[in-house]
Amino acid sequence: MKILVCITHVPDTTSKIQFTANNTKFDSTGVQFIIGPYDDYALARAVELRDQTGGTLTVLNVGEAETEPTLRKALAIGADDAIRVNSFPKDSIFVAKQIAHYAKEGGYDLILMGRESIDFNGGMVHGMVGELLGMPSFSPVMKLDVDGSTVKMAREIEGGKEYLEAQLPLIAGCQEPIAEWKIPNMRGIMSARTKPLNVVEPVAQDTQAEATSFQLPPAKGAVKLVDKDNVAELVKLLKNEAKVL
Amino acid sequence: MSILVYIEHAEGKVKKTSLEAVSFANALSAKTGEGEVVALALGAIDASELASIGKAGAVKVLHASDARLNDGVISAHASAVAQAFQSVGAKTLVLAKSSLGDAVASRLAVKLNAGLVSNVVELPNTTSGYVVKRSIYTGKAFAETTVTTENKILAVKKNAVDLKTDGADAAVESISINLSDADFASKITSTERATGEILLPEADIVVSGGRGMKGPENWGMLEDMAKVLGAATGCSKPVSDIGWRPHHEHVGQTGVKVAPTLYVAVGISGAIQHLAGVNSSKCIVVINKDPEAPFFKAADYGIVGDAFEVVPKLTEALKAEL
Repeated sequence: MKILVCITHVPDTTSKIQFTANNTKFDSTGVQFIIGPYDDYALARAVELRDQTGGTLTVLNVGEAETEPTLRKALAIGADDAIRVNSFPKDSIFVAKQIAHYAKEGGYDLILMGRESIDFNGGMVHGMVGELLGMPSFSPVMKLDVDGSTVKMAREIEGGKEYLEAQLPLIAGCQEPIAEWKIPNMRGIMSARTKPLNVVEPVAQDTQAEATSFQLPPAKGAVKLVDKDNVAELVKLLKNEAKVL
Repeated sequence: MSILVYIEHAEGKVKKTSLEAVSFANALSAKTGEGEVVALALGAIDASELASIGKAGAVKVLHASDARLNDGVISAHASAVAQAFQSVGAKTLVLAKSSLGDAVASRLAVKLNAGLVSNVVELPNTTSGYVVKRSIYTGKAFAETTVTTENKILAVKKNAVDLKTDGADAAVESISINLSDADFASKITSTERATGEILLPEADIVVSGGRGMKGPENWGMLEDMAKVLGAATGCSKPVSDIGWRPHHEHVGQTGVKVAPTLYVAVGISGAIQHLAGVNSSKCIVVINKDPEAPFFKAADYGIVGDAFEVVPKLTEALKAEL
């Protein structure tokens, strides 16, 4: 089986979010970048599936040269080779078109990615790639097993989950608890240095919904503390001051 | 011309977030003059329930009652919405941000060649171009997004507009949809859904517990408080990781993101991971015995005290007041 995992290169979840260039650019000063947490789950499951069924595991990122350490980390975790589509990821459809093109070229059976990136939180790329390639797409998938060409999945829905069956090839946007995150070991880190990382050029330039400027939410006021022996006071505040009851 | 709204329903009821999407479309139409708001419901649901979508601001409700659409098969729903979009001559599709909504909208963006904006928090600004404000970085920032396509899809975040309730009942018309085998390439074999509960992503009030609750056997007192408040219950990531509570109750960066009017956090320290899931709440109350808990910095109101002592007292006080 040929597996493709698409990963995002995003600020660590604990990063302070700030913007620069008159609020038109993300300020990456002092920010640690990581593999998107949901993509990390997809990658971990893909490594398990590759180890069980044989075949190959390729990781792909649409990003500029600065994302290569993130791709190397994915190689250290267990991917066999990497593709970097050399462009800033302008919007969802732009990214989806790059993935669809290189996925078609590579003839992958299973395409996994996170349910959403943690920077833009759109959760749209997997479905777009599915429609572009004429493949079924599922998200958010929390369990995925492959038996021959049949894929059995559990998808989270509001208040529960649904169990699904579909045939390869397909696309899934993943989330926990599909697999446990894998920490690269020393052997993985060493071998990642020599695994192929191919840089390719973007195939389409069109965008439809680009972010043009950014804002931070207004600062939160100080907390109002209520004495633990006077909880009725809290109820009054919620009712009369906050007006939420 | 018209604006189409994709409706989701469960257990015979239209979801509140879908009604909010209808109200959003209604306000959008008033602003841009895009014509009447038409809602589309797929699968079995009562006509009287559908007519009530009018209260939220729809003029007409199209109903495709084909039983194959009862389950939320993603590709089939996407095909159905695309056909309805063409048949009513819409240029804009509005829907609520949700598990099924995202999956369907993303396929539609390609089918309809439509610029798609997710997590929309307010009506578009159309004074110069078509600029939509969306929530990004899990509620830690906003982006102004410029949509350049003629067709548009807006996936609306909870609480983006006030729910309209004073409209007249809508006319319900049936619509027939052509579905092919390819639309049913996947099949849903079974569904597990907590019944009769208030769904977490939809809830106006959420009561959540963390490790400070000491064990799953102590959730009863949170459920009691939730019952008095008409709230859904949630939990922190460690609680769902240990298995005290099911995963679909996990609120946080990698779990459910909630946007209630009131969020009550009990025995949750307030890790950034958790705050990312609740920062769109209108009002946050934190109960924690540790006065240094970081959650207090993100809270509107707080009580420093032992949950086992404070929660039952608070429940009684709420009962007396509500």
